[in-house]
Amino acid sequence: MMQNISRNTSKLLWRNAGIKNYATEATFEVNRPYKLHRLDSGPSTTVSVTRDEALDMYRKMQSIRRLETSAGNLYKEKIVRGFCHLYSGQEAVAVGMKASMREQDNIISAYRVHGWTHLMGVSVAGVLSELTGKKGGCARGKGGSMHMYSKNFYGGNGIVGAQVPLGAGVAFACKYKNNGGVCLSLYGDGASNQGQVFEAYNMAYLWKLPCIFICENNGYGMGTSAERSSSNTEYYKRGDVLPGLWIDGMDVLAVKEGTRFAIDYVLKNGPIVIEAATYRYSGHSMSDPGTSYRSRDEIQEVRQKRDPITSFKERMLETGLATEADIKKIDSEVKKEVDAATALAKSDTEIPVSELTCDIYSMNQEGDVHGLTPDKKLKHTTLKTAVNL
Amino acid sequence: MLSTVVRNLARRSFSTTPQVAAAKNLTVRDALNSAIDEEMERDERVFILGEEVAQYDGAYKVSRGLWKKYGDKRVIDTPITEMGFAGIAVGAAFAGLRPICEFMTFNFSMQAIDQVINSAAKTFYMSAGTVNVPIVFRGPNGAASGVAAQHSQCFGAWYSHCPGLKVISPYDSEDAKGLLKAAIRDPDPVVFLENELLYGVAYPVSDQVLDKDFVLPIGKAKIMRPGKHVTIVAHSKAVETSLEAANELAGKGIEAEVINLRSLRPLDSETIFKSVQKTHHLVTVEQGWPQSGIGSEICARIMEHETFFHLDAPVWRVTGVDAPMPYAKTLEAAALPQGKDIVHAVKQVLGVK
Repeated sequence: MMQNISRNTSKLLWRNAGIKNYATEATFEVNRPYKLHRLDSGPSTTVSVTRDEALDMYRKMQSIRRLETSAGNLYKEKIVRGFCHLYSGQEAVAVGMKASMREQDNIISAYRVHGWTHLMGVSVAGVLSELTGKKGGCARGKGGSMHMYSKNFYGGNGIVGAQVPLGAGVAFACKYKNNGGVCLSLYGDGASNQGQVFEAYNMAYLWKLPCIFICENNGYGMGTSAERSSSNTEYYKRGDVLPGLWIDGMDVLAVKEGTRFAIDYVLKNGPIVIEAATYRYSGHSMSDPGTSYRSRDEIQEVRQKRDPITSFKERMLETGLATEADIKKIDSEVKKEVDAATALAKSDTEIPVSELTCDIYSMNQEGDVHGLTPDKKLKHTTLKTAVNL
Repeated sequence: MLSTVVRNLARRSFSTTPQVAAAKNLTVRDALNSAIDEEMERDERVFILGEEVAQYDGAYKVSRGLWKKYGDKRVIDTPITEMGFAGIAVGAAFAGLRPICEFMTFNFSMQAIDQVINSAAKTFYMSAGTVNVPIVFRGPNGAASGVAAQHSQCFGAWYSHCPGLKVISPYDSEDAKGLLKAAIRDPDPVVFLENELLYGVAYPVSDQVLDKDFVLPIGKAKIMRPGKHVTIVAHSKAVETSLEAANELAGKGIEAEVINLRSLRPLDSETIFKSVQKTHHLVTVEQGWPQSGIGSEICARIMEHETFFHLDAPVWRVTGVDAPMPYAKTLEAAALPQGKDIVHAVKQVLGVK
């Protein structure tokens, strides 16, 4: 499959007196065809990408992979506590989607969002420091793994499924304000059976909201396989009257093109349901070894045959979009960045305890906050500036 | 249910609102309606969604005329999917709009309570002070008439338990108008607990109340009737019952100071403390169930404050009976506090016959 370059073409350019040569652009066939539900036509199966775009996507996927590995290590060292859900294996979904998002677009997801947080503008240090609960974290350490936010990124939500109608609400605001934006509302195969997901589909359809519902089907909701949780595992069809699109989530180019198609579609027609077939290497969270409900062979097979980063790297090399040197350089830069961020996340300090009662309200009218005992009244303070004033 | 005689008595009760000679009568329904209308006119971002709010003019006619005036974009009928539409409303607030999310009654808010608490109330804190949620959840709360157990619960205690929310429980038209406008303008999530039986009641209001910038402060109680022998604290419909009781007590030479909480969160302890320091006796009144209720909270606060030492007797709570609401008329009446129950409690607390 990775050798499927029979129809790939590239423009070669000689450079530096023939010592290096690389292509500035290449065209690929997606690895697996899209599947359509209630759509007359779907995204193009031929995707062009420039060298810069490709290198950027590679870098981003690699950054996510490395930062998740670091997060996992920090968790094992007990420096990250509570919940920690890793995205390793699913990178192509976030990176491919972000590649097609425009400035005015929004995204909301559940709790497997360290990668998304980084893509939406938070530095690796900001993500890792949030995981370690330090003041350099994007939520000053007050949110942790599941509650990271940034511009146009609404978290980071801990309650399975709740983010789906929230995302439809963000799409509602885009339409109301007429700002040309859409909202990507992501959830997993585990969340896909939540009633509120269907409630959101229904209202999004009735009100023609520019909402792209995306089921990241990684095959398992915690330890329950899709087949054991869902009477209908064709998640892209679950929207019923809503059109749907199945995409190979391990192919970053298919995801990019599919998302471009979806954004264009929802701005004209109302909501669409995407199913991105993907896979997670780790367990559900750091508390789950991930092997009691699936075989090690299965995990190994995906790593060897369908890894999103390796397969994309090979495509770049084959077509000359990148050289081994380019890849090595990016790998080394990413490693450096993540290592530095990890060190910072470890050495940074927590916010002072006085910030426990900071920013409970954007306009506090309660006076002092009731503390542990009646004689301990705590001060409510405001630090950041609320964005919706 | 409310007889004209009592209504007149309620009106003649002295209130600390600056009274103007030429007062106009305004029903609670109209007060809420004009509050929403004025705020929608003032701020483009304000919109209302909920079941039957548009073409039906509102299940209780609170949103009457708004759909005709503002159209489909800003007055939106939803399917019967509370969890979904509450989530959509919160998401819209995340993204900068100012939704008014109506629950046909707060009993149905239980379907959506995760969105109210986990998505609305906590997000500002979790995001370390960036994403505030300027949403109002409003609708009738508590007992109505003959609607039985699943449609009669008071949610004041549940919602006021949670930091991150502001919870308002208005009584009369002045409360309804001033506090709903304050709630809509507020940058934080507000739960606005109305009362179905009060919608049709008209109260005299001053011109100031009718002004389109009339806003009341959230978290400040109002002394409806000053007194010196006992403090009675209540919210919503129970304020009316307390005023009835106060009138009866006045006939017996007992001057009760009636405090209308207006807000459950923040709860105005200062006004209560000041009053109790004067009267030395306290009775709380609510229609909700006793366990972990509003009265319990007030008792706890008195215990933890030096006002405790001003009490000449323990505090008594008058509450709904600790049972699901029955349908049969006499049983329903026996499940909720009447004026005579408050009078009885006051006498017990004062140690008089």
